[in-house]
Amino acid sequence: MLNFALMIALALVSAAAVLTLWRLVRGPSPPDRILALDTLSVNVIALLVLFGIHLNSALYFEAALLIALLGFVGTVALCKFLLRGDIIE
Amino acid sequence: MTRLPHPVLTLSLALVWLLLANSLAPGQVLLGVLLGWLIPRFTQRFSPDRIHIHAPLVLLRFVALLFHDILIANLNVAWLILREPRQLTPAFVVVPLDLRSDLGISAFAGAVSLTPGTVSSWLSPDRRSLVVHGLHVRNPDALVATLKRRYEIPLLKVFEPC
Amino acid sequence: MLDILLSLLILTGAVFIFIGSLGLVRLDDFYTRLHGPTKATTLGVGSLLIASMIHFSLQGNGISVHEILITLFLFITAPVSAHLLSKAALHRQLRSRAPLPPLINTAETEK
Repeated sequence: MLNFALMIALALVSAAAVLTLWRLVRGPSPPDRILALDTLSVNVIALLVLFGIHLNSALYFEAALLIALLGFVGTVALCKFLLRGDIIE
Repeated sequence: MTRLPHPVLTLSLALVWLLLANSLAPGQVLLGVLLGWLIPRFTQRFSPDRIHIHAPLVLLRFVALLFHDILIANLNVAWLILREPRQLTPAFVVVPLDLRSDLGISAFAGAVSLTPGTVSSWLSPDRRSLVVHGLHVRNPDALVATLKRRYEIPLLKVFEPC
Repeated sequence: MLDILLSLLILTGAVFIFIGSLGLVRLDDFYTRLHGPTKATTLGVGSLLIASMIHFSLQGNGISVHEILITLFLFITAPVSAHLLSKAALHRQLRSRAPLPPLINTAETEK
């Protein structure tokens, strides 16, 4: 039962990642692409959490946390770049 | 330099450390409290203002309300996405702000973004009004009134009582 | 019984994440697209993490609460990145279905 649910969930989240990738490639504007990258990092967090439950290992938690941190910092840096044309002021 | 510049920050840092370590062993508690004490002392220059929470009960009620609203807003937005997108009526509305403090405005903007189909988009340079984008707005004035009543009034009580 | 609860949580989470990304593809201007990922995904990831918490707490190694950390982090950062993204979009004057309030135009041209 749980394994079946996990398989469906993994498929759904992977499909979500593919949709996000489509938006990343398609654009059309830079903010769209940044939004897609941000969403992609959230999708990857979900995938890692699901994988952790599937393999019954808590090791994936740290990776998910790191991706959450880096995804946020990356989004902020890219937005700052669009706003000011410069990251470090 | 005071001994304990940000009591609230100290407590939350200790709590975050315990969550990260995922244990309640005495050693971890001690380390958490130590980090919570040292980090605010060394980073005091970044945040010179001391945070005062004036009405903890109101804050708790606000957080509970926020979680309830997040749930409703998520279902709402999911439904709007699945419907025909052409029928949506997105709109920008301007919310005049009564909050003045940095923390108050950030908390308000965060609450607006997490809840009912709205994202805070832009703060005017004089910090008097917040521009909010709504996904499906039928009545802009009612939306502004709801946002102010539901989120700004409790936040005013918590951070800026007069 | 618990299996059913876990499966339900996992499936709801996955469905919300999928809807969030679907919104990214389906909606037709940047500002409306912003809503899908910031809203639907926070709840999606939240319920997945609750499922993970319950699952690992039942493994016999004590309760597992560190998933709260990711949930909390995402709940705090999602509005911040959404705000910055829409600020950047307004700065670049992206096409919008909704008319921009006059306040923004005057402030942006003065700068």
